[in-house]
Formats: sequence, C-alpha cells, structure tokens
Amino acid sequence: MWMYEKKLQYPVKIRRPDPKMAQIIMSQLGGPDGELGASLRYLSQRYSMPTNEIRGLLTDIGTEELAHMEMISAIIYQLTRDLSEADIKKNGFDTYFVDHTTGVYPVAASGVPFTAAYFQSKGDAFADLTEDLAAEQKARATYDNILRLADDPDVIDPIRYLRQREVVHFQRFGEAMRMVQDNMDARNFYAFNPSFDTKCSRKCCHKEMDT
Amino acid sequence: MNRREELMQAVRKYDFALYDLMLYLDTHPRCPQGRRLFAEYKAKRKAAVKAYVAEFGPINALQADTETRWDWGCGPQPWEKEAN
Repeated sequence: MWMYEKKLQYPVKIRRPDPKMAQIIMSQLGGPDGELGASLRYLSQRYSMPTNEIRGLLTDIGTEELAHMEMISAIIYQLTRDLSEADIKKNGFDTYFVDHTTGVYPVAASGVPFTAAYFQSKGDAFADLTEDLAAEQKARATYDNILRLADDPDVIDPIRYLRQREVVHFQRFGEAMRMVQDNMDARNFYAFNPSFDTKCSRKCCHKEMDT
Repeated sequence: MNRREELMQAVRKYDFALYDLMLYLDTHPRCPQGRRLFAEYKAKRKAAVKAYVAEFGPINALQADTETRWDWGCGPQPWEKEAN
C-alpha cells in the first residue's frame, strides 16, 4: 500500500505563468516517455522479477516516479494560474483549454491522451529491464529537449532535478540487469525465463538477509 | 526563504538523501557504508520532521492532531507555490 506524504520531492515555485511551456512539459505527465507511464511500467513489471532485490528496486523506483508525476503536475498547475483570455489564445493553449479548462490531464504535448500502450510488462526479466533502461534514457532525452525550450529559471531548476533522477535510475537498472545475469547460466542467458519457467532462481541472491 | 520553507527544505534534503541511498542499497545490500549513512540521515530526518510538524502541521496523516481538531487538510497543498 501507499500513504501520502504531503510534500513535493523537490520544490516547485514558478512565479510567471506560461501556458505554452505548460503544454510542452505536459508530455512528461501523459506523453510516451512521461512519469505516469514510467510509474505504471515499473509497478506492473515488478511482479515477475526473479529476485527480491529487483522486485524491491522496481517498487521503489516506481514509487519515486509517482512523486515525479506530482512534480510535473505541480509545474503545469503553477504555469496555468491567473491566465487572461489573451494568454489562453496565445501560442495555441486554446486547444487544451477547450477540453480541460486549466485542469491537469495526462496528454502528450501533441495532444494525444495517455495510453498504456506506451509501456510493456513482458513477464521476462531481460526484456522488461532492457525496456526500463531505454525508458530512462528516453525520459532523460525529453528533459534535455524541454531544457532547450525553457528560459525561466523557476522552470529549469526542477526540470534539471528530474533529468538527473533519470540518470540515477538508469544506473540502478543497469545493476539490476547485472544481478539477473549473475544468477543465470553465463553460456546462455536465454536458456529459460527465470520469471516463468522455473523456481530455481526465485530465491533471494543474498539469502542470509531474508532470515 | 521563510521559516516554513526552511523547515520543509530540511525535511526534503534528508528525504532525498535517504531515497537515493535506498535505491543504492536495493542493488548493494551488503555495503556497510551505505547502511551507516542511511542510519545517520534517518536520525537527522526524524528531528527535521518533528520540527516542521510542531509548527506547521502534519506531513503524514499519522501526525495529524486528533485531540482538538483534524488538521490533516489544513495549509496549502504541496503543489501550491505557497508550500514550496
């Protein structure tokens, strides 16, 4: 289960509204490499991971992604406060406004609504962890693109923080991948699917820590 | 930075260190230095949370006041500028 902590993981304090920037950053809420998809990806995949350490890692990273979704939502919320009619019409925010007013809704910057088709849960540790490594890099690249388009230091600061977390998660997923490989037959990693075919590698790598 | 922001920033600082260490320990459970640091920041976080909650109310519902009033819903929400 989860219990709410009434705080953002990193502060978001944006003084100047900018609906166009909100629409761009929205991609990290409901877009193909966004935080919502990241969270659902890891929290769905964790059930078929072959060791307790990796199940725990996916739980913890999936939970952090929920905190990142909240930060992105806070950025969108603050960028769309006190808008005038002219602000809404300027730069095409009117196309979002007509459907959602200034409510926060998960869509990509292009207007495509969030879909679970953005991620997989393959039930195969190698396939899932390889997707997770790519997902962190794609999210990092999206943040790099946002940083190319943003000029307000109030926006740039939390975006840089979120970008850095993608790099840390990539590192941890790389270690998880190595942990799976260490548990497998080094001559043929794909001889069987440790998530499905056998219980032989379901024991904790560090058995003594379980007792 | 006002007092509320200062106290909240102290909590966030230790929470960040603890979360990052937790992910590290997930893949390095045998690292004694990591575990030592986790224990150290955990103690510091406890004091920082206590200081914030005493003045500005609960961060977690378990810290809410049940004696005089239910204060879990009080104060700005985390996504408001005023809370950051």
